[in-house]
Amino acid sequence: MTNHWTDIQNSDCILIMGSNAAENHPISFKWVTRAQEKGATVIHVDPRFTRTSAKADMHMTLRSGSDIAVLGGMIKYILDKDLIFKDYVVNYTNASFILGDKYTFDDGLFSGYDPKTKSYDKSTWAFAMDADGNPKKDPTLKNPRCVYQMLKKHYARYDLDKVMAISGMSKKELVGLYETYAATGTGTKAGTIMYAMGWTQHTVGVQYIRTMAMVQLLLGNIGVAGGGVNALRGESNVQGSTDQCLLFHILPGYLKTPSAKDDSFEAYNKAYTPHSNDPKSANWWQNYPKYSASLLKSMWQDDDPAKSYEYLPRLDKNAASIYSWLPMFDKMEEGMFKGLFAWGMNPACSGANSNKTRNALSKLDWLVNVNIFPNETGWFWEGPGMDPTKIKTEVFFLPCAVSIEKEGSITNSGRWMQWRYKGPNAPNDQKPDGDLIYELMHEIQSLYKKEGGAYPEPITRLTWDAIATNGVFDPHKTAQLINGRFTRDIEIKGKMYKKGELVPSFAFLQADGSTTSGNWLYCNSYTEKGNMAARRDLAQTPEQANIGLFPNFSWCWPVNRRILYNRASVDLQGKPYNPKKAVIAWNGEKWVGDVPDGGWAPGSKYAFIMRKHGFGQLFGPGRADGPLPEYYEPLECPVKEHPFSKTLHNPTAIKFDDEKKAVCDPRYPLIGTTYRVTEHWQTGLMTRNCDWLTECEPQVFVEMSPELAEMRGIGSGDKVVIESLRGSLWGKAIVTKRLKPFSIQGTTVHQVGLPWHFGWTWPKDGGDSANLLTPSVGDPNTGIPETKAFMVNVRKA
Amino acid sequence: MHTNRRDFLKLSAAAATATAFGGLGFARNAKAGKLPDHAAALNPKWSKQTTSICCYCAVGCGLIVNTSLKDMRAVNVEGDPDHPINEGALCAKGASIWQLAENDRRPDSVLYRAPYSKEFKKVSLAWALEKIAHNVKKTRDETFTVKNAKGQVVNRCDGIASVGSAALDNEECWAYQTMLRSLGLVYIEHQARI
Repeated sequence: MTNHWTDIQNSDCILIMGSNAAENHPISFKWVTRAQEKGATVIHVDPRFTRTSAKADMHMTLRSGSDIAVLGGMIKYILDKDLIFKDYVVNYTNASFILGDKYTFDDGLFSGYDPKTKSYDKSTWAFAMDADGNPKKDPTLKNPRCVYQMLKKHYARYDLDKVMAISGMSKKELVGLYETYAATGTGTKAGTIMYAMGWTQHTVGVQYIRTMAMVQLLLGNIGVAGGGVNALRGESNVQGSTDQCLLFHILPGYLKTPSAKDDSFEAYNKAYTPHSNDPKSANWWQNYPKYSASLLKSMWQDDDPAKSYEYLPRLDKNAASIYSWLPMFDKMEEGMFKGLFAWGMNPACSGANSNKTRNALSKLDWLVNVNIFPNETGWFWEGPGMDPTKIKTEVFFLPCAVSIEKEGSITNSGRWMQWRYKGPNAPNDQKPDGDLIYELMHEIQSLYKKEGGAYPEPITRLTWDAIATNGVFDPHKTAQLINGRFTRDIEIKGKMYKKGELVPSFAFLQADGSTTSGNWLYCNSYTEKGNMAARRDLAQTPEQANIGLFPNFSWCWPVNRRILYNRASVDLQGKPYNPKKAVIAWNGEKWVGDVPDGGWAPGSKYAFIMRKHGFGQLFGPGRADGPLPEYYEPLECPVKEHPFSKTLHNPTAIKFDDEKKAVCDPRYPLIGTTYRVTEHWQTGLMTRNCDWLTECEPQVFVEMSPELAEMRGIGSGDKVVIESLRGSLWGKAIVTKRLKPFSIQGTTVHQVGLPWHFGWTWPKDGGDSANLLTPSVGDPNTGIPETKAFMVNVRKA
Repeated sequence: MHTNRRDFLKLSAAAATATAFGGLGFARNAKAGKLPDHAAALNPKWSKQTTSICCYCAVGCGLIVNTSLKDMRAVNVEGDPDHPINEGALCAKGASIWQLAENDRRPDSVLYRAPYSKEFKKVSLAWALEKIAHNVKKTRDETFTVKNAKGQVVNRCDGIASVGSAALDNEECWAYQTMLRSLGLVYIEHQARI
């Protein structure tokens, strides 16, 4: 989230799309309701009527997978009726940037597309540069090659008739949505978006979110109280685990994983440190070498960063199509891996295409599964269709402590890092994950020290005791290491810091090895002032209390800034656009309110400090599938064509050509989608084992409209089979008006939905994972599988 | 203890009693009436209170955990009224965290399944960690890739992959990525990807 949970109360218009917040983030609704009580309008756009819809002022249904049409139509509406917040658009977005000559767009394809590699040469999307090496701009927005004019041209096709035809929404609904939301583009109103996996789990998921981010930039809704782009993240520490970068492509603090071409630390830093020639661009990532050196120095403390850089493994190429979840399990099925750690995860149910995943597990020599309860991954060898006597995989199951039995911090969706204390002891001497990680690596390190082996230095020279005290994992010491310390006495900005002292903030990190910091974003979280994440002080200044900022409760990255991009909430003189809900304000000498995005005087630096050029990117030349969001159908869909171009699917989507997809396949005529219920969580591994919750939601159900149920001769409560090209499972039918047929390009299309929280291990007769149905196809930028729109059939069991 | 429906009702009644007497559930001077054991267990003489954060979605609701000083097991978990996000409220999942901890479906031992075996057998943690460490070393040594197909230095372990986890604390995530990357793993993924 650019903003945070209690900030939602400041909104004037809350669009909930790709999320069922009332059921899946129930406490978030406390703040939605509070905004509503103060007069805010809540709009829910979703394929299904849910409890979120029931509480919304406006609810409208769209076909799962058609969101870019609806949002692209909103951009057209805003531009056609000139509803942009012009001061903001000109000063803070790249609307005025002029595009280079090579950029073109034709019939669903951007310039630079190579059909052989199914990827783009993004250099064709570059801006035209002036003599100083900065992008050429036209603040009048009249130049036909400026981003603003290009946007108008690109979205001219997204008229109401086309959007209606493909999304199944009515003209009245679309105009109601556009008119109500666009009314926030005045500077004194704020609109916000709450989205979740309903937006990310598509082959165009990143572009869904980009389209909405562009709407927010056009309306001046980013950086303001009650605004922003807010991902409702689904796991208690998925924000933190992403920040610590348990992902193939990034190292802690969103540094790049080295690629084979980055053959020295110098080359690596050069490749990923952006350079701007414009003195008004803060270009914060220019500090990259300080953060990379401090990370290396925290892992291998006895080596110079230039040396320890050699210890980091390198990718052939930083590409989701090679290393992300879907290709990983594809390669596992082909036998590439001998060993797998499934640590605090249940991939046998959680990833797309569960039959493929479960089969892949049987190709391993060994599997380490750390979890709280028996689960479908650790027990896969005795699952449905498996013959244990033919499965070679050696399995280790390590039970571990639950959250209230250990100490440490987690980071919520609003980037609040919150400390948890240990309450009870875990039963049967079970240990926290941290202890298991520490002890296992200690064992491996001892082996390599004793016996040597392949390239032993990264292991033998690792400063592993930096995270332990007397041989026991120490969360405080680890949190301090993540914050960072000075490695020698040093003077910075006229002040002396002693060796061993905790670094006050990332502004003090150094590129020469004189600081450690396991994650620069968290530098400032555990300082000489103490454990900032453990703070519980509710004190606020009147300005802060006015927008519910709570700056002294817990800690928030970066540097306790609660609302990101907040320099865009004020004009070039530092005066808030909306004084009634000011986030920051310049009082003539300094900023008051939130921690500003840099302390420079108003107007002296551009607002979007993390972007190389300093501007919010309406035109985003960094994405794999195009600089402007474009409509494509899900890879499994009920139509042969769509009204926006002849390019049916995202041409860069991740897929495996030997796996068939159902496009207008008469055997699978229904759109399938998956979702969650309040009482269960993710694969259900934790909640299915809690009887209080299983009593409420005991088994898989399949929701369908009365019209479809009648066609299939199904009644509520009947046992049905739902099947796709990849697998099938049974569920209990719920025939309900919460789902309705759509009229898509003149044809009636039905949609069914089911929760994905179940698995064969427990409870008995609970059913199995909905991911048995979902395809191994994914977004080209993130690799996230398309599990929200795929094709199925339903019949009576 | 395996909690059945009757136990659930009993405990719910006890929680309601404690709340009625103790205001926001602190129940410092609660007199429990018909269910003295549970309410008395919340007395600070017999239990300690710690704050925590819910382990389910990423709203980050505050919890108050009561732990019996007698056996150091949880006796109650409820919403933290001083927490600015949830103000004491919890959803159904958050309100059930006591049962997540006090749950007889939690395996009481480390388990090992040998190749082609039809069952798990109980083993000690020390035995398992030593055997896993040997497996890791053997696989790493056998599959270590110094140079890729193009002849570029990559120094990585291509024979082991990892998935996990957004269920770990920040400190554990950092330790885990440090372990994996020092081993040379590049196939590192977790919930955020799916």
